[in-house]
Amino acid sequence: MTDMPDTTLTGDPSHDAPADHGDDAAGYYTPGDPIRDTKAPEGPIDERWQTRKFEARLVNPANRRKLDIIIVGTGLAGASAAATLGEAGYNVKSFCYQDSPRRAHSIAAQGGINAAKNYKEDGDSAHRLFYDTVKGGDYRSRESNVYRLAEVSTNIIDQCVAQGVPFAREYGGLLDNRSFGGVQVSRTFYARGQTGQQLLIGAYQAMERQVAAGTVEQFTRHEMLELIVVDGKARGIIARDMVTGEIQTHLADVVVLASGGYGNVFFLSTNAMGSNVTAAWRAHRKGAYMANPCYTQIHPTCIPVTGSHQSKLTLMSESLRNDGRIWVPKKKSDCEKDPREIPEEDRDYYLERIYPSFGNLVPRDIASRAAKNVCDEGRGVGPEVDGVRRGVYLDFSSAIERLGRDGIEEKYDNLFDMYARITGENPYETPMRIYPAVHYVMGGLWVDYDLQSTIPGLFVTGEANFSDHGANRLGASALMQGLADGYFVLPHTIRDYLADGPFEKIQESHPAVVEARQAVEERVTHFLSTNGTRSVDSYHRELGNIMWEYCGMERTEDGLKKAIDLIRTLKDDFWRNVKVLGTADSLNQSLEKAGRVADFMELGELMCIDALNRRESCGGHFRGESQTEDGEALRHDDQFAYVAAWEFAGDGELPVLHKEDLVYTAIEMKQRSYK
Amino acid sequence: MKVTLKIWRQPDAASKGAMHTYELDGVSSDMSFLEMLDVLNEDLIAKGEDPVAFDSDCREGICGMCGLMINGQAHGPEVTTTCQLHMRSFKDGDEIVIEPWRSDAFPVIKDLVVDRSAFDRIIQAGGYISVNTGSAPEAHSVPVPRDDAIRAFNVATCIGCGACVAACPNGSASLFMGAKITHLGELPQGQPERDTRVVGMVAQHDAEGFGGCTNIGECTAACPKEIPLDVISRLNWDLHAALRHGR
Amino acid sequence: MRDARASRSTITLKLLMAASGLLFILFVLLHMYGNLKAFSGHDAYNEYAEHLRTLGEPMLPFEGFLWIQRTTLVVALVVHVYAAATLWRRARGARTQRYVMKKNLASSFSSRWMRWGGLTILLFLIWHLVQFSFGKVNVAGGETNDPYNLLVDTFETWWMTLIYLAAMFALGMHLHHGTWSAAQTLGLTNNVRARRNAKSLGWILAVVIAGGFSLVPICVLAGVITK
Ligand SMILES: Cc1cc2nc3c(=O)[nH]c(=O)nc-3n(C[C@H](O)[C@H](O)[C@H](O)COP(=O)(O)OP(=O)(O)OC[C@H]3O[C@@H](n4cnc5c(N)ncnc54)[C@H](O)[C@@H]3O)c2cc1C
Ligand code: HEM
Ligand code: HEM
Ligand code: SF4
Ligand code: F3S
Ligand code: FES
Repeated sequence: MTDMPDTTLTGDPSHDAPADHGDDAAGYYTPGDPIRDTKAPEGPIDERWQTRKFEARLVNPANRRKLDIIIVGTGLAGASAAATLGEAGYNVKSFCYQDSPRRAHSIAAQGGINAAKNYKEDGDSAHRLFYDTVKGGDYRSRESNVYRLAEVSTNIIDQCVAQGVPFAREYGGLLDNRSFGGVQVSRTFYARGQTGQQLLIGAYQAMERQVAAGTVEQFTRHEMLELIVVDGKARGIIARDMVTGEIQTHLADVVVLASGGYGNVFFLSTNAMGSNVTAAWRAHRKGAYMANPCYTQIHPTCIPVTGSHQSKLTLMSESLRNDGRIWVPKKKSDCEKDPREIPEEDRDYYLERIYPSFGNLVPRDIASRAAKNVCDEGRGVGPEVDGVRRGVYLDFSSAIERLGRDGIEEKYDNLFDMYARITGENPYETPMRIYPAVHYVMGGLWVDYDLQSTIPGLFVTGEANFSDHGANRLGASALMQGLADGYFVLPHTIRDYLADGPFEKIQESHPAVVEARQAVEERVTHFLSTNGTRSVDSYHRELGNIMWEYCGMERTEDGLKKAIDLIRTLKDDFWRNVKVLGTADSLNQSLEKAGRVADFMELGELMCIDALNRRESCGGHFRGESQTEDGEALRHDDQFAYVAAWEFAGDGELPVLHKEDLVYTAIEMKQRSYK
Repeated sequence: MKVTLKIWRQPDAASKGAMHTYELDGVSSDMSFLEMLDVLNEDLIAKGEDPVAFDSDCREGICGMCGLMINGQAHGPEVTTTCQLHMRSFKDGDEIVIEPWRSDAFPVIKDLVVDRSAFDRIIQAGGYISVNTGSAPEAHSVPVPRDDAIRAFNVATCIGCGACVAACPNGSASLFMGAKITHLGELPQGQPERDTRVVGMVAQHDAEGFGGCTNIGECTAACPKEIPLDVISRLNWDLHAALRHGR
Repeated sequence: MRDARASRSTITLKLLMAASGLLFILFVLLHMYGNLKAFSGHDAYNEYAEHLRTLGEPMLPFEGFLWIQRTTLVVALVVHVYAAATLWRRARGARTQRYVMKKNLASSFSSRWMRWGGLTILLFLIWHLVQFSFGKVNVAGGETNDPYNLLVDTFETWWMTLIYLAAMFALGMHLHHGTWSAAQTLGLTNNVRARRNAKSLGWILAVVIAGGFSLVPICVLAGVITK
């Protein structure tokens, strides 16, 4: 949602600061060799993708039938890839843990999808979308990847329209689009508040068409629990059939992970209940580097927590901030009052006050932190949970006066209904209450320009990789990335790898396969035989509290160190004391959760170490130690303009940090400012 | 508040199931229905009893994964999904009967979890527009009248939850099918495959063992996305057209 | 489904059912109109019965029209009942494990009673034909060769009137849902208004036809129509 206001300060203020900001994480990791993306071609940025597509070797159609591709995940990234690779004639096996591919979490995306179509003739272009994305990501993304994303964005819209995605249209029958969250060009295409759903159904249908054609085989209610690596190459997965409990081996020439984000490490997030890191984390343990795990996006407009029973948080579309005004009472004593009785002069429209030029439309991270600050001051509203009121008002009364109730209804009816259903309050009459919640993770498995991880033959797409959003993602860009990866990027880059195939067939009796399988079986047996006293959920909730408290909107050295200790203790206890009932050979939801929570614990620790290492504030990562005098995020480009790619060194060993330096040739680094 | 839950328990597809009764205290009216079941499950685990299996994922009414028969109504007493139903729709002391979707085409996997893969197979039988990646024309080359786009969107909001089947006295999936037929049939892009789509989908629907529709209308009342009955009329119309065209 | 045929689908069955149903509606409308001739007295009514038999002469033989009508109706009936039975069987197979608790929210009683209602009508029809058409049974023991007198004798018997009224109730219900259902099956109810109109038409036909038929038995019993 960030744009490039001309108020941007040029130059880099961090040059004035001491050059070395210390290494808070010393002792928590082992420094490793630098890492580099070797796949992006040199040359002008707008030609690199063409060059790469041309240089990537081809696979002849007769050979494709002999090549097996495993795709874990059926969200936008996975389903689009399965459809496209299936059409090309490869043998695709597609996995998801839900009962149908159509239910992948991409379905929940509301706002829209960006594409540089410039239908409004308002000066948009691939270059501008590229620029906005790099800047929005606070100069922590890789420029060649981002440029490519912007470049293929227009094809996505064409593809989806041809599939029958019912985007919003104007009276003339042409596509409508809007400016999303304050961006100054209109490039967000949408299908009311259900864009993700419509895009996913399009990709799902394309994929089902291939299932019917026999090129894609779909495995629903199957969870990937281990990656098979043979001779350094990814060659398959171990999956559990969640209905029968059968542990299955699936072998292939290449494995694609499109398994989504890991925001559920916080327990409460806007992610689906089943969203997990297991697929990615298992790959990480087998040698895939994990990049920038601490970059988390906290979304400012979610429905606040009501009590300790809460299982997930619900996002209210950001578009609400276009018309709603955010405020809290000036006086703590007013916090319990009916908001309608608080007179105008006693309200603090704090975003409009602090950021007069952007007001309620400041970027997500700024809006989120500001909300946290006013609540921490004791000026939050709504029910007290654990002694604090965590909520601020999002008030539509002036918009209703301006546009009429009908106007608001037309724009936001389904959101207002959803709010009313969840809270039991009518937002047409009283202001909504909102609070930030974890929403998206920019971090993920490290990939090169080809979307290949550090394990040859393991490709990673969508939210599961780290590639395009830097330290912060713009609204409506995740959908774009998922579909770009799956429809237009991966199918080209993967063929360069597959041109060397089909690889030598491996047997299920191969030691690497047996080892992977046994590891899974042992874990299952361990959970079922521990017979401890605490439920899996209770551990997950506790982990989430630690992460939210110390690795959430604001992170500090002390807090992170404390969090690491707490997580380590919790992890030990978990392995000794977890209680999982039932059996291994049937549907067992506690068992499924246990495996996921075990991986979240390890990930949580790494996130804290990564956050500790990065003693700067950028995008979704705010370090208390690195802020300007008025509390703004402060980057340190001299020291931290790198991607932190973490290598797993073994249980009980310190993770190894490999740095990929970020070099910008097509864009100049600037410190952002939204004042 | 306190509620009495009567829940269908069935260890696996092969076993016979039965209703079990549980008392649950300390339920807050702000809880969602599924959060209430989470609390019950924590209780059960503490007591060493197998927790109740039920499906859910997004918990915001869009993925279609959840779906329970609550007091004889699919998704319970409000027009919404089970995950979006809140305990404020119930009173202290209420007895709540919870069953899985009942349809032979949706066999029970465990407790309240059923297998809805029949829906995927119906889509595989024609619920798509055949367009290979990269072969699409420029999006603006085919304008779509706004009203058609809106109608297509309205019915494309079906989440594939299966409540229509669960509620239909005939166990028919006509509303689900009709929604897809109407979505794709409203758009110019969907025209070339209109005949084969309806014939294929209906044949698969019948082969899965769903009942035929006799226009009873319970489906639309249970549909959390309020898909209207028109879509079934549309489905029938398209099938007649296919008949006329000799498909 | 590559070998799928439109003609083999449940929807085609329904289509046949709607078509035969519409024929029935046409027939009962005419038949009801004919019955109302009873109000015009003995001679007019018998003339009408005779007229039906000579209709179309000399192009058609004696009773030619009747036989065409009878054949059409029999075929329609076979189709209608076959389709109904098939759908019924499918529906039973689609849910072999019943709900412990199931509420109906939107459906009319008539829609859920179609099959039993249809069966009632079928039983009625058999008796009705035995009595008035090829069997000619006079429950009062009087003559059977004078249609008007047979009619009056029958309905002066209170329990015969009762049976007929019950059957007419079943018919009314069948038509109430059947009319709307046929419109929907034919794909004519593509929007809210069309749907509302089809439902209203269902009501109108149900009341007019069931009501119209009931008039004669009631009036006979009440002594308005006499020999
Ligand atoms: C509430 C909400 C609203 C959003 N709104 C927007 C928006 O308006 N615009 C925008 O651009 N972005 C939005 N986003 C972000 C965007 O939706 C996601 O980043 C994106 O959809 C991720 O897609 P994906 O394909 O990478 O993964 P997902 O859609 O999350 O799919 C993950 C897949 O992996 C499978 N999977 C995971 N683990 C395993 C395993 N171990 N074994 C087998 N299968 C596995 C799952 O079954 C699933 O199929 C939103 C996100 C949320 C939560
Ligand atoms: C003879 C015995 C009969 C039986 C067993 C029978 C049974 C049924 C059944 C089960 C239905 C299906 C319900 C539905 O589709 O909505 C139906 C529909 C219908 N019936 Fe009958 N019926 C009979 C006679 C009649 C008669 C005499 C008429 C007309 C006067 C009639 C008119 C209709 C109509 C119009 C429909 C609606 C068709 C549709 O839904 O498309 N039926 N009948
Ligand atoms: C009160 C109601 C009714 C009365 C008084 C009535 C009366 C009669 C009479 C007198 C006949 C003999 C006509 C003749 O042979 O000339 C007849 C025939 C018949 N009636 Fe009815 N009828 C009634 C209702 C119905 C209904 C509801 C149906 C259908 C659902 C029906 C179907 C028929 C049929 C099929 C015949 C045979 C026609 C023939 O022989 O070709 N009747 N009826
Ligand atoms: S039509 Fe409605 S009830 Fe049926 S599957 Fe779709 S959303 Fe669910
Ligand atoms: S309830 Fe069933 S009978 Fe038809 S109208 Fe709906 S599918
Ligand atoms: S859990 Fe997704 S719709 Fe209810």
